[in-house]
Amino acid sequence: MSEAENKSVRELPYVMAINEGIKEVLREQKDAFIAGEDVAVAGGVYGYCTGLLDEFGEDRVVDTPISEKGIMGLGVGASATGCRPIIDLMFMDFVGECMDEIANQMAKMRFMFGGKATLPVTVLTMGGAGGSLAAQHSQSLEAWLAHLPGMKVVMPSDAYDAKGMIISASRDNNPVFVVLNKASLAMTMEVPEGSYEVPLGEACVRTQGKDLTIVAFGRMVHEAMASVEKLKAIGIEAEVIDARSVQPFDTETVVNSIKKTHRALVIHEAVKFGGIGGEISAQIQEEAFDYLDAPVMRVAAPFSPVPFSPALEKVYIPSSDSIVTKVKETLAL
Amino acid sequence: MVAKKKNAKSNLPSQKVLQELHMKMVRIRRFEERAGKMMEDGKIPGALHLYVGQEAVASGVMQHLSNKDWITSTHRGHGHLVAKGGEFKPMFAELFGRSTGYCRGKGGSMHISNMDLGMLGANGIVGGGPPIAMGAAFSNRFKKNKNVAVAFFGDGASNEGSVHEAINMASLYKLPCVFVCENNGYGEYTAQSRHQAIVDVADRASGYGMPGVVCDGMDVMAVYEAAGEAIERARKGSGPTLLECKTYRYYDHVGVRGMGLTYRTDEEVEEWKNKDAIEGFEKRLIQLGVMTKKKIENVHASVGKDIDEAIIFANESPYPMPEDLLDNVYNEET
Repeated sequence: MSEAENKSVRELPYVMAINEGIKEVLREQKDAFIAGEDVAVAGGVYGYCTGLLDEFGEDRVVDTPISEKGIMGLGVGASATGCRPIIDLMFMDFVGECMDEIANQMAKMRFMFGGKATLPVTVLTMGGAGGSLAAQHSQSLEAWLAHLPGMKVVMPSDAYDAKGMIISASRDNNPVFVVLNKASLAMTMEVPEGSYEVPLGEACVRTQGKDLTIVAFGRMVHEAMASVEKLKAIGIEAEVIDARSVQPFDTETVVNSIKKTHRALVIHEAVKFGGIGGEISAQIQEEAFDYLDAPVMRVAAPFSPVPFSPALEKVYIPSSDSIVTKVKETLAL
Repeated sequence: MVAKKKNAKSNLPSQKVLQELHMKMVRIRRFEERAGKMMEDGKIPGALHLYVGQEAVASGVMQHLSNKDWITSTHRGHGHLVAKGGEFKPMFAELFGRSTGYCRGKGGSMHISNMDLGMLGANGIVGGGPPIAMGAAFSNRFKKNKNVAVAFFGDGASNEGSVHEAINMASLYKLPCVFVCENNGYGEYTAQSRHQAIVDVADRASGYGMPGVVCDGMDVMAVYEAAGEAIERARKGSGPTLLECKTYRYYDHVGVRGMGLTYRTDEEVEEWKNKDAIEGFEKRLIQLGVMTKKKIENVHASVGKDIDEAIIFANESPYPMPEDLLDNVYNEET
């Protein structure tokens, strides 16, 4: 984070932090380009590609057909042959259209070639529910990606991390999925100007507490932080860890916290069954069983496709209230 | 626009080129024959998809490429690597699963590759290669070099969505890319007439706004000529071509005799063998006075000797160590 020091800081929404992150990458790396659906002329459907075409031109800001296999294949082939592409996959749900290029080519090429290929490709994609976009435009599929040896997966929860992680991902010599969240697009915070890194694979303690550890992914960090206030009112001090990176996962930070709190709750927006929370719970029990005073609990979406109706979607997405309820259960209150 | 048919013209390439084409084909044939035997002898684990019969395609195309040009291959990829300059020793070592193999024993037959030779891998996924070749061609254009990327794929792969997307994007961006469809008449064990309603895959080129060319894939001269035009077109920035080479694999989809499935007749196999690319070409070389019978025999003998040595090398090479497993999953360099 040393790069971020001494830089002037201003309030910036998540969406513009993403935009700045992409711009910094294109400015500092001559072999970088961004390709994806609607990224050039239209500036991207979320607005985070605004101004890219004007600053960097057609060669480096590339509109593609609606062809996710082609787009992801472009990322594989171009990165293996000396470019540092940023591939924009408009919705995370679209990984289904290009899972072969992701899982069988991008993640494995280096290994299959005995270490003789390097794929410095960054994939930006948008996950999460909350806008009534229904079952095919709202999913959180990070567990699919984190299951792939060779792939790195990060989930920046706020504007500062979004910008810094895009820069770190593009400097990394491996394929990295940066999973953004549409519900966070308008959230503002202080973000430094210029270039800085947020390390991949390092969790961050967002608030300290002694009674239990909450490990949260992506936008669930904000729900966890909201629950902290509610818990304080009833005398419970929760420690919140923003996992930030799914693969690699920072087990050490989590275990160190549990040594202090002796209780853990894992929170994500993806469905509970087969979600990354199961893996984290298992790791906690392998690494910190002796420190636990209660079973590791999870708050996650129910095992249902993401519903359309706002009335149902509200029930579907884990909230600070459902976190408070589960915390009380964990503490046997 | 219907694909045009190409037959070899009369103006001959140089003697050197003719001899190199011959050498490439013989090297592939002998390599594959021995690999098949080694598999049957239990020396090679896993699945082996052999290129015997299709040698003219890889050889005719690769004659126009340097190590800086990229190719993507298929599950039937040894021939492409041999024609791109692959050496027998690290190739056999890879098939044997040894640490001296091109991929340190981690890829095997289906992922054999060599980045230094511009070979972006055989691929276990049918249709896996073309999007990668399109990406490599994009890279060439981005870096403003004059290199091309060639995607090899089969008639089976031509039905994959990934191939459609890759060809459309290559044509849209006018990338220095050539799509070589090796139509060997079968997608695994299913005849072309049972997997697509067209006869010439190259007909699809018109749907992408690019030239489609059909050539005799059993005639190395025809392939050499057609590929030369397509590659030159790509190199000078005029965009991709879909080049279909009609060919045939003598062996089964997997291995030599495969699983004994009755999906084609012995008569059909014999008919194609009568058009054998190497035998036919050798007769022409003798007629043209480019090579003598004796010289041709010497080529076969010397290639055979290289293969014997490579097999000894592979056999004596160590297996990877257990601690090598987790190497190369990630690039740890920053």
